[in-house]
Amino acid sequence: MVGVGGQGIILASDILTLAAMYCGYDAKKSEIHGMSQRGGAVFSHIRFGKRVYSPLISEGEADILFSLEEMETLRWLNYANTESLIITLLTRIKPAGVSLYPIGIREELKKKCDQIKFLDPEDLRKKIDNIKFFNVALLGVLSNYVDLDEKAWKRAIEEKVPKGSFEGNWNAFLIGKSIKSF
Amino acid sequence: MEKLLLSGNEAVARGAFEAGVRVGTGYPGTPSSEILENLTKYPGVYTEWSVNEKVALEVAIGAALSGARSLVTMKHVGLNVAADPLFTSSYIGVKAGLVIVSADDPNMHSSQNEQDNRNYAWAAKVPMLEPSDSQEVKDFIKLAFDLSERYDTPVILRTTTRISHSKSIVVPGPITRNDERNYEFERDIKKYVMIPSYARVRHVEVEKRMRRLEGDVNELEINSMELQDTEIGFITAGVCYTYVKEAFPTASVLKLGMVHPLPELLIREFCGRVHKVLIVEELDPFLELRIKSLGITVDGKKYFPMTGELNPDLIKGSLSSIGHRGDVRSKKGLWADLQAPPRPPQLCPGCPHRTVFKTLGKLGLTVTGDIGCYTLGALPPYTSIDTCVDMGASITIAQGIEIAGSENKAVAVLGDSTFTHAGLPGLLNAAYNGRKSLIIVLDNGTTAMTGMQPNPLSGERINGEEAVKLDYLKLAEAVGMDRENVRIVDAYNPQDIEDAIMTLIQTNKLSLLVVQGLCVILRRRRERKEKAASEKTDI
Repeated sequence: MVGVGGQGIILASDILTLAAMYCGYDAKKSEIHGMSQRGGAVFSHIRFGKRVYSPLISEGEADILFSLEEMETLRWLNYANTESLIITLLTRIKPAGVSLYPIGIREELKKKCDQIKFLDPEDLRKKIDNIKFFNVALLGVLSNYVDLDEKAWKRAIEEKVPKGSFEGNWNAFLIGKSIKSF
Repeated sequence: MEKLLLSGNEAVARGAFEAGVRVGTGYPGTPSSEILENLTKYPGVYTEWSVNEKVALEVAIGAALSGARSLVTMKHVGLNVAADPLFTSSYIGVKAGLVIVSADDPNMHSSQNEQDNRNYAWAAKVPMLEPSDSQEVKDFIKLAFDLSERYDTPVILRTTTRISHSKSIVVPGPITRNDERNYEFERDIKKYVMIPSYARVRHVEVEKRMRRLEGDVNELEINSMELQDTEIGFITAGVCYTYVKEAFPTASVLKLGMVHPLPELLIREFCGRVHKVLIVEELDPFLELRIKSLGITVDGKKYFPMTGELNPDLIKGSLSSIGHRGDVRSKKGLWADLQAPPRPPQLCPGCPHRTVFKTLGKLGLTVTGDIGCYTLGALPPYTSIDTCVDMGASITIAQGIEIAGSENKAVAVLGDSTFTHAGLPGLLNAAYNGRKSLIIVLDNGTTAMTGMQPNPLSGERINGEEAVKLDYLKLAEAVGMDRENVRIVDAYNPQDIEDAIMTLIQTNKLSLLVVQGLCVILRRRRERKEKAASEKTDI
């Protein structure tokens, strides 16, 4: 899961990893917090399976590259392989000191990736009641491609979101999950 | 037992709580800061953000000598600050367990250097444990307390960023606490008072302790052999163990849970059973040099870098040249012809302290910088910092520049937490030795870079209790500064800031400018909290 500092990747990846644990898998996740992340690129490695040793995904080994920002998909592309599923949100966040967002990213991604899906954030936003639930709705979209049962997702979301916001978040998750073609 | 998904830092707190820790001290520093923040949530544990790491360790020594199990946390460079008490606490030993967590930062994700703190264990003659995931972190912390008491020594638990900030599954253990007992310091002058005549005796005891440990560690379960394919055998520890298992799943491995002292017999046995031995470790050839000094032929840094972090790809790549290919299931990564422009870190949008850097840049002054958020003033668009070495060094390096006779006198810039951590002795030195430079404290009301920890200038303790707040004016007066050479201005008033800088650099006297503006992240957080509270009252 990749994106930019402040997009909520840490919480979203926590939920995914917890869901994997509640499904009975061994699970690990790793990301860097601190100085380099002040407005910087964030890459959360999430791995689960029967037994997981390294908390880091090796190059070319990601089954899914889930990106919350267009340019960040490109930055971490080497972690995906020709069979990987790449889902990228069409959100653009300009880095500091760059006046124009680079052009041709989408075309380059299409050219290089066999299985890439672009998700328009506006489409998803319109479907959910509250923007606060956006990332959980995204996890709903992702849940269609990750083999984890709904009960585990529910438990993980309940554990991680603020008390009182679970209903809204869970509804957003289900709305995300209902989006199967994009 | 229910499983938990914990970061290494959360696991330290959990393990310490299970082990009955009574006192937790430390100074914030990435990647260690979340340990105490988590420990403070457990009942029956006293926690504090100490003023700096030296203070933190000394407070913990006092508590441990009074029979209270104590934990001290810091980042790797923090142990430099705490090195003075560390070396002598090794001599006096403990009464209840004393465990120091050193969170190292290979690749310097958020640090000024990537020193390898395993060297401290050797130099200070104290045992060091290195866990490879959160479960081990929790288990090793408990073991560290036991070893500390059994061998009458402080014990260091070393993590690295990939252990501290990675989450993995932890099965909680039984909680062995007795929070009702009394703690009493008992006099033991020959053991606790390190005058030369007593210290000489204690040093002999330290050497005896280490020899005893060297024998016992061969039986320690956390040092274990996994014999598989004997063509190649790896000796490794910490997160590198997980990388080796990933890169060479069928190879034999000697996993060291304790990296000092080393289990010589176990190492000899392992090396005798495999054809070629490779040491996989990040940063210094710490294990490699010690194993080579036993007269055993091993390789390590011949293939692996001395800098940065390792990972499974790097380990495989480094060994492919000598015909060891490792896991062959690997897939090739995709490659884009177009490159994403870098996303350098920056002072947060809306940070009130951006103004000062703009002003300093405009005035073209030499600026000695410090550790924390404001180090980011070195990067574009400001590029207005000329040095950054260690905590508090902005104030003191400026003094050296002045003494050397540089025409462009240096202005020191540092944050509030850094000022209380190590800036105060520098200020006193400047006053005492008649320096004439300007010190600017950018006070954002918190220790922001490490995640908003309170400090002696924010009037709050780790658990939210109100605390005394250091008074800048009284402090300046106490070191003998004239009142007119001290200014406190609002960060949102750029003209006042520029005027104050212009006036103060021309006074030709030691001067202090405090720019006050709450950290923008903290401000938003408080506003949200207040909003939530008022919504609650409305209902």
